Amino acid sequence: MYKIVRKRELNPTVTQMEIEAPLVAKKAKPGQFIILRVDEEGERIPLTVAGTNPEEGTVKIIFQIVGATTELLNHKQEGEYIQDFAGPLGVATHTEGIRKVCIVGGGVGCAIAMPVAQEFHRLGAEVTSIIGFRSKDLLILEDEFRACSDKLVVMTDDGSYARHGNVTVPLKEMLEAGETFDMIITIGPLIMMKFVVATAKPFGVPVTVSMNPIMIDGTGMCGGCRLTLNRDGKRVTKFACVDGPDFNGYEVDFDEAMSRGRMYFDYERHAHEEVCNLFKNA
Amino acid sequence: MAIDPKKHEMPTQAPEVRAHNFSEVALGYDQETAVAEANRCLNCKNRPCVSGCPVNIHIPEFIAKVKECDFEGAYQIINQTSSLPAVCGRVCPQESQCEKYCTLAKKFEAVGIGRLERFVADWHNAHATEKAQAPESNGHKVAIVGSGPSGLTCAGDLAKKGYKVSVFEALHTAGGVLVYGIPEFRLPKSIVAKEVETLKDLGVDVETNVIIGKTLTIDELFDMGYEAVFVGSGAGLPNFMNIPGESLKGVYSANEFLTRSNLMKAYKDDPKTPIMKGGSVAVVGGGNVAMDAARTALRLGAEKVYIVYRRSMEELPARKEEVEHAQEEGIDFRLLHNPVEILGYNNPDDPRDPKNGFVSGIRCVKMELGEPDASGRRRPVAIPGSEFDLDVTAVVIAIGTSPNPLIKSTTKGLEVNSHGGIIVNEDGLTSREGVYAGGDAVTGAATVISAMGAGKVAAKAIDEYLSAK
Repeated sequence: MYKIVRKRELNPTVTQMEIEAPLVAKKAKPGQFIILRVDEEGERIPLTVAGTNPEEGTVKIIFQIVGATTELLNHKQEGEYIQDFAGPLGVATHTEGIRKVCIVGGGVGCAIAMPVAQEFHRLGAEVTSIIGFRSKDLLILEDEFRACSDKLVVMTDDGSYARHGNVTVPLKEMLEAGETFDMIITIGPLIMMKFVVATAKPFGVPVTVSMNPIMIDGTGMCGGCRLTLNRDGKRVTKFACVDGPDFNGYEVDFDEAMSRGRMYFDYERHAHEEVCNLFKNA
Repeated sequence: MAIDPKKHEMPTQAPEVRAHNFSEVALGYDQETAVAEANRCLNCKNRPCVSGCPVNIHIPEFIAKVKECDFEGAYQIINQTSSLPAVCGRVCPQESQCEKYCTLAKKFEAVGIGRLERFVADWHNAHATEKAQAPESNGHKVAIVGSGPSGLTCAGDLAKKGYKVSVFEALHTAGGVLVYGIPEFRLPKSIVAKEVETLKDLGVDVETNVIIGKTLTIDELFDMGYEAVFVGSGAGLPNFMNIPGESLKGVYSANEFLTRSNLMKAYKDDPKTPIMKGGSVAVVGGGNVAMDAARTALRLGAEKVYIVYRRSMEELPARKEEVEHAQEEGIDFRLLHNPVEILGYNNPDDPRDPKNGFVSGIRCVKMELGEPDASGRRRPVAIPGSEFDLDVTAVVIAIGTSPNPLIKSTTKGLEVNSHGGIIVNEDGLTSREGVYAGGDAVTGAATVISAMGAGKVAAKAIDEYLSAK
């Protein structure tokens, strides 16, 4: 069992928790993820590590309440326990040789992008961050990004806060103005990452994308998280859990990934409703 | 008294009943049948059966105890060499091991050694009152990576000798393939849990949620005071066929399909982990895993389940009893068939049709057997122009696995072969001092009992290594 040491609501749909898991806290690097189960019969879900405190032995996770399991997790309180917490999994974000980086985060993806931005900042790289949200209510981590970015642009889709529009607008402006980056790292909804890749392509800037497919074991056993890369004219199968979650954005077959991500859409919607009703009636 | 030429039948749930539930198919002998079956054993002096057993169970001796109705005595004899008798009695391919060498088998059916082993283990589990006692500690610490059959066997053998053993398991439940792979109807999970409890009684410490290679490395295990490490991390990533359509929704690896159903309990009503139920399902492959997947799909409510296998029944590698059970349950065996493409639904008029991207069929080509290949089996050759489509809503690919990369990529000096399997000598020793390995992590996908045999060999070698230190 793993203790929830602290819990904080970042916005009505996004929650941050710090979980006691000393071995994971000692090892986890930005870009890696953990797998958790809320209770005995629960499903295994992957969540990216949003930060660690090795001295205290805690790991920070940030999650959006999107389905049954995240709903259940959100009903756990500080001081309570979750059943399982295993990691760190996946390959950490590559930082070598990158002196100038642009981090493009969307929605709850910003929670994953933040430790990556912090790591580059710590390593002395020049960090430009572009973070986007649907509206002002859903904004998270603005102060944290400001603290680790040389330049920060905040966008809202509806214009309710900061600049109006999506994240590709300022990215395109910067690239057109002659700005260069050693790497663009984008983390967020698949459709957003697909468009970040398309925006960067004419300028030839490398793009790393962080994939979050459906997973079960997360340790390289089930193959459920597979995705297809178009590499040198060939279709190559890779596994997000052990080969990723970071991939070369120019190689990823996003349409396939989006289709696969919706495999259990009906089931998940139904399961989430059931859990919500459970708490309503309680 | 004349010897009955036939084995006593194993009582089973009727096929039409069991095809709709996840309860165990084979129900086990009762005492009377067990004693009668034991009496078929000739108690041969040269014990050919024992040499056919990867862990060399003293077979005629335990059967002699069954004849005397001393079932606990029989269990104690099995327990000298096997840590998991209730498991082996159920999942070993006896027809190609102990029973293959049975003297009776020259003229009649072999003694039902596996059925007797299962009976004895079940009798013990139902009647034993005394818990296993942890022996006096010898002060040495050994780490075991993975709690599957090889790891549990190695742990059990070392614990019995007084070693302080810790087993590290990446998943949330101990048992490895015994819990995520083999279905409830063939190996009830309560039996695996019981075997793990017995090891705990012997003083073995089981740590779940620890991924060696990630949470801790092998080098760190040595830093923590472990003097030897056994790697039984099992098979890894599933192989795919590299044919079009393998990324469609509804295409599963057998590992994923079985893990969802077994480990994550998706077979239960109102499961927390989803799985596609019903429809019609094609399972590609002919091993035990393919049989397990096909029979699971049937129990999950599929109207039609096919086994698609590119060779003939003669080459089908699955355990004989599982094939027979699958046939009785109505699984449709499409032998000498090879998939060439998985077909998907695509509504040309509506790109938002929710059915888009789901499996709609599998295109196969018929095969014939040609000359023997490197494996000695006749190579299947496609018959040109024989392609045809089977209408299915899901495809499960059960054509084997490749070793998991997590340990080799984080352990300096650990040599692996071209397939990624860890290289070991005859004692299970790897290229690293004090690091041993066995089971699928070494051989690639194989059987539970061969993994147990490897765990046993390594336990003996670790004991000799640490005793000499």
